[in-house]
Amino acid sequence: MIEVRNLTKKFNGFTAVDHISFDVKESEIFGLLGPNGAGKTTTIRMLSTLSRPTEGTATIGGYDIAKQDNKVRQQIGLVSEKMIMYDRLTAEENLRFFGKLYNIPQSTLNQRIDELLELVQLGQWKDAKVGTFSTGMRQRMNVIRALLNMPKVLFLDEPTLGLDPQSTVEVREFIKKVNRENRTTIILTTHMMTEADRLCDRIGIIDHGKIAALDTSTNLKKLVSGNDSTVLKLEIPNLTRKLVTKMESLDCVKSVSQENASHLKIHATGDKAFDTIIDALRAEKAKVNSVENLQPTLEDVFLNITGREMRDKADGKIQMPNHGPFRQQRRIR
Amino acid sequence: MIRMGAKTMISHSLRIAWKDLMELFRNRMGLVLLILMPIFMMTMVGFIYPSETSMNNVSIALVNEDTGVGGFNLSSIFITTLNSISEDADMMKLKDASSLEEVREMIQAGDAEGGIVISSDFTANIMGGQQGTITIVTDQSNPQMSAIIQTVLGEVIEQMGTALAQQNVAEQLNIDPGTALAVVKPFNVQVKGSVEGDFSYFDFIAPGIMAMTVMMSVMTGLPAAISHEREVGTLDGMMVAPINRLSVILGKTIAQMARGILQGVLILVLAITLFGVTVHGSILLVFALLLLGVFSFVGLGVVLTSFAKEQETAVMMMTTIMFPMMFLSGVFFPIEQMPWFMQAISRALPLTYVADALRKVMVLGADIPMLTTELAILIGFGTVMIAVAVPVFKRAMTR
Repeated sequence: MIEVRNLTKKFNGFTAVDHISFDVKESEIFGLLGPNGAGKTTTIRMLSTLSRPTEGTATIGGYDIAKQDNKVRQQIGLVSEKMIMYDRLTAEENLRFFGKLYNIPQSTLNQRIDELLELVQLGQWKDAKVGTFSTGMRQRMNVIRALLNMPKVLFLDEPTLGLDPQSTVEVREFIKKVNRENRTTIILTTHMMTEADRLCDRIGIIDHGKIAALDTSTNLKKLVSGNDSTVLKLEIPNLTRKLVTKMESLDCVKSVSQENASHLKIHATGDKAFDTIIDALRAEKAKVNSVENLQPTLEDVFLNITGREMRDKADGKIQMPNHGPFRQQRRIR
Repeated sequence: MIRMGAKTMISHSLRIAWKDLMELFRNRMGLVLLILMPIFMMTMVGFIYPSETSMNNVSIALVNEDTGVGGFNLSSIFITTLNSISEDADMMKLKDASSLEEVREMIQAGDAEGGIVISSDFTANIMGGQQGTITIVTDQSNPQMSAIIQTVLGEVIEQMGTALAQQNVAEQLNIDPGTALAVVKPFNVQVKGSVEGDFSYFDFIAPGIMAMTVMMSVMTGLPAAISHEREVGTLDGMMVAPINRLSVILGKTIAQMARGILQGVLILVLAITLFGVTVHGSILLVFALLLLGVFSFVGLGVVLTSFAKEQETAVMMMTTIMFPMMFLSGVFFPIEQMPWFMQAISRALPLTYVADALRKVMVLGADIPMLTTELAILIGFGTVMIAVAVPVFKRAMTR
């Protein structure tokens, strides 16, 4: 569906996106994961024809983003980081305005507006001004606006940024629904590991304008841990020295660390490591209160690949001054 | 195919214009200001500017040093006449003073704006067949007022002198006063305008203000509107749609133009109702000229829009350009009064020609054939600017 080849964007000598290449399959949810300033937004802007690449090409549904930009525009929808919405217009007026720009016939448009508003439970707010909406409502509006032209490809730039947990869940569910029901190909950017993990079929980790790794979440995690590594955290009230020694003696166990009087952390390898350990514990009559299978997170993956931690903790994204003409890219570091 | 393209482009432009106007009309505060601005502009310019040489309740210190001859005092007749003139026209308030020094002090203290000193030998000189001296004292710190006082008082005294002379000549030569006047003042000067009717400073200024307001609306409104949408992100929503990039600029121009014309109409209505301005030419032509004015400006506005990356910069850039344009295009002052280099700059500004053409139509009742130079320059300027602006804008939008 999307083919990206050596796509590059330079702003006054600063390379925001550096020769990236990747493919996105039809009806897949593809995530671009990376810290602020990694080049995610710039990539999305180039793919959605808002910004012209300095070098390289990309095609969407077979159309070149630079040479056939209007053909590309016909089949894409964009949910930008900023709300694309006029506060002084009502929900319906907003949708109608943008719908008309796509030359959607009047009757089709009317129907679609109603359907979309109902889809996100905003039907009763049809005639209310968008300026009076809550952030969650606005973001839902923002998403359905991008669906007016029934796009084959939907771009979402940080779709859950600044939303409360409930709205975040709602928006994520909606994205999944759109993907499932309309078979819409979705490209989303995020700096949140959990979001990429939960939503995306495949994830491209982007850092300093380059794609550092690209695969499914599971496969990315295997990059860190190797194929068959298991980390278990066990709570055993009747923990004894003998039990620890017994665990250490198992072939599959690489290391055992006792964290406190009742907690053990065991690193093991091999397909049957989990079973072996549990069996051994049973044999020793250990009373196991809880078992936690510690998986490597995307955080670990990012750390492993880039050699530094991703600044995931920051809840707000540092805003770029603006996009578009004569945009000055500041290196935020 | 091309015709289809043009049609959809126009329909998209109208959509965008409609959307912009909806936003405008739902912004109450903005709407109030939109209406207040021309009202302020008109009243301000209309009432503050000195309407040529009129004096209104100006304090004048009067010193009568005349000692008279044998109890007879010509100066008192002079003062009585002066008093009656000033009372009739509400021109001045006479304040008594004792000497030239006191007059100067009064002017310094701000108690008087000018003074008249009648010399001590006033009666004696006139009776003795010599000229009597009257000194007019002016306040140099206020050149405009000083000039007005000089002119008005000079004229009043001159007239009184003529009347006196006429009377003397009639008596001495024993002829009727009419003939005597012809002897004393052989020339009768009459001023007639090229068009019948009363004209004031408003007639001069109203067309200019109209032109300026409409231009300003478009020039400041266009970049501000586009950079605002860029900043809040809504511009992306339009740019990501399969529309011609020019629809955006065209739509915004239509909206801003509508806003400007609305203000223009308001000014015209105010000028006619409040300030007694009469439009001698065709109103239709007036609006056609305003539209042409906008056309000549749009290109420049678009170029600047393309360069301004945020709203703040855009507005600042516009103000920098608008301010000199306001004063150099003959809206407030005739360009003929300016030094040659300023006149040269003035002739390079499209607003000059819009104001000029509007004035010709509104005041002189001119028709299209008399405006060919202005029209040619405006169309030329507009076409060149738009030819420059279109590629610049297209490039700027996909950076």
